[in-house]
Amino acid sequence: MLYREALKKAMDELMEEDETVVVLGEDVGFYGGNYRVTEGLYAKYGEKRVIDTPIAENSIVGNAIGMAIGGLRPVAEIMTVNFSLIAYDQIVNEAAKIRYMSGGKVSLPLTIRMPQGVAKQLAAQHSQSFERIYASIPGLRVFTASDSITAYYGLKQAILLDDPVVFLEHELLYAQDFDFIDIPHFDVRKQRLIKEGNDITVVSYLKMLHDTLEAIKDIEKDLGISVEVIELTSLNPLNLDKVYESVKKTKRLVVVNEEPKTGSFATEIITKVIENNFYDLDAPPLRICGEDVPTPYNRKLELLSIPTPDKIYKKIIEWGKENGL
Amino acid sequence: MIKSYAEQFYYLMKLGREFEIRAKEEYMKGNIGGFLHLAIGEEAVHVGATVGFGKGDIFVHYRDHIYALARGIPAKEVMAELFGKVTGVSKGKGGSMHLYHPKYNFYGGIAIVGAQIPHAVGAAYARKLLGHTEGVLVAFGDGATNAGNFYESLNLAAVYKVPVIFLCENNYYAIGTRIDRVSAFSDLYLKAKDYMPAISVDGMDVFEVFNAVSKAKEYVETESKPYFIEAKTYRYEPHSMSDGGDYRSPRELKIAKERDPIERLKEKGLEKGVLTPEFIKTIDEKVEKEIEEAVEFALNSPEPSEDELYKDIYCEVCEDVVS
Repeated sequence: MLYREALKKAMDELMEEDETVVVLGEDVGFYGGNYRVTEGLYAKYGEKRVIDTPIAENSIVGNAIGMAIGGLRPVAEIMTVNFSLIAYDQIVNEAAKIRYMSGGKVSLPLTIRMPQGVAKQLAAQHSQSFERIYASIPGLRVFTASDSITAYYGLKQAILLDDPVVFLEHELLYAQDFDFIDIPHFDVRKQRLIKEGNDITVVSYLKMLHDTLEAIKDIEKDLGISVEVIELTSLNPLNLDKVYESVKKTKRLVVVNEEPKTGSFATEIITKVIENNFYDLDAPPLRICGEDVPTPYNRKLELLSIPTPDKIYKKIIEWGKENGL
Repeated sequence: MIKSYAEQFYYLMKLGREFEIRAKEEYMKGNIGGFLHLAIGEEAVHVGATVGFGKGDIFVHYRDHIYALARGIPAKEVMAELFGKVTGVSKGKGGSMHLYHPKYNFYGGIAIVGAQIPHAVGAAYARKLLGHTEGVLVAFGDGATNAGNFYESLNLAAVYKVPVIFLCENNYYAIGTRIDRVSAFSDLYLKAKDYMPAISVDGMDVFEVFNAVSKAKEYVETESKPYFIEAKTYRYEPHSMSDGGDYRSPRELKIAKERDPIERLKEKGLEKGVLTPEFIKTIDEKVEKEIEEAVEFALNSPEPSEDELYKDIYCEVCEDVVS
């Protein structure tokens, strides 16, 4: 199933079941969605439930907050995470705080979907990852969708939860076809064990998960080891029990994500593992992140600015050799 | 001047004023912390609009005590919130600027200038889609009309045709900056007139505000369209307790106080015989007692327990919702 179809399937099924689920955002309706995620919903549910908005992100989220207060379950699409900064006040000061400021009296069943990451040659203002700034805000749930399974189940759960959820997608995954299987008790809030292994724990999410998986085949062959891979589907609240367990076994940790390295969310994961597993570790943890640069337009430079399967391979091999593998 | 309304307005305005005078005292004593934004002088707008609006969702700004009281939220719950006590409307986690009470259709208490305006448009959209007949009222100050939230919301309310009353309290000052120094024009209803019917009223006259909001409510609910009211008013106190108020002359303040909304209602009411000296005396005593009880309640209420720190961040009853 295509990733974007999995997202649509989640919305479609819930919209059919529950008339309070509505979708809003720039181009989501008549136009069909800039990434075709909402394609067909307008024809099926009409303009009142698939709502075209101006390009005004602050009021897209502000309106969605009011809709949630007014009894709806809005799913707001922000075209890309880059533009979410225009809605940053509504997301951080309003959506994340209203339950707490009201002493639990007001619930906000609100989902804000947005793609992020480096696509192809979109340059600095259209190629960013911001999980670090959303996942560090108490009161916001932050989920990631790395494939069609997490896209479908994760988005469904985001919409059903009575909390504001920032739902992060990746621009390069929309048109990708992923195997889809039914997982009866899928829970997006528990991290997903993707692959078992004994010698290194690798933690990743979104597109970097796939780049990592690609690199790992050769790493395992060339180092003669096995690698355990854990996907983070919920960045906030962050439950790392599976990672702690895994590190106890493997004694080594690598985190791969696409954000610029300084202050990247990888830093948070590594800090928590050090706090929890310091004496389990046989090697210093390794961060493989984007470079500390705005994303360049030039394709060669762009690829240099983010992890790729080849870079992930080289960095882990080098680090592995330095650390007794 | 209808007697029952005159009586209700007198009670609510008096309650609002005495509540705030007492809040100021309690702030000076250290029983109330943080920011405290008083609306003394603006009672006619807060009371006239709330009563005129009747049923439906109300979204306001951080100067929210009198709205909450006029909505019927018990004074003791509002006072306890200012004291940060667990018995407050927001369990002591919101404070003066963040009063919420869905039971009274009261949704904040938002302390970012203008941020509540889109919430009201969204709520109006939701209620309309779900077949409710009540409109929504959103109040904001003159300062908010220069921000993006304001224009985005006027546009959307007009495009989506939602039943929302935009109530602009023009008290002439955005914190300490006079409106004509930062706004291209200071008759603020002009900013909305190309989007929707927009009027300006005397915000120091409770009946005028009440009539305008009642009329606007009928319009928004029957036409399902937005309506804009500018109420020209004045706050006697500085922006907040941490502001010395030096930006206004004593003469300006004196002129404003000559239009005092409570005194005006009292004079007119007595003159027309709809209010009596006995009634006023009774109400003044009732209000005094109510405020005294509210302060007692707030003082004697417990602090939130330590585990409250971690509560109400996420929905705690939704564990079964997923899967």
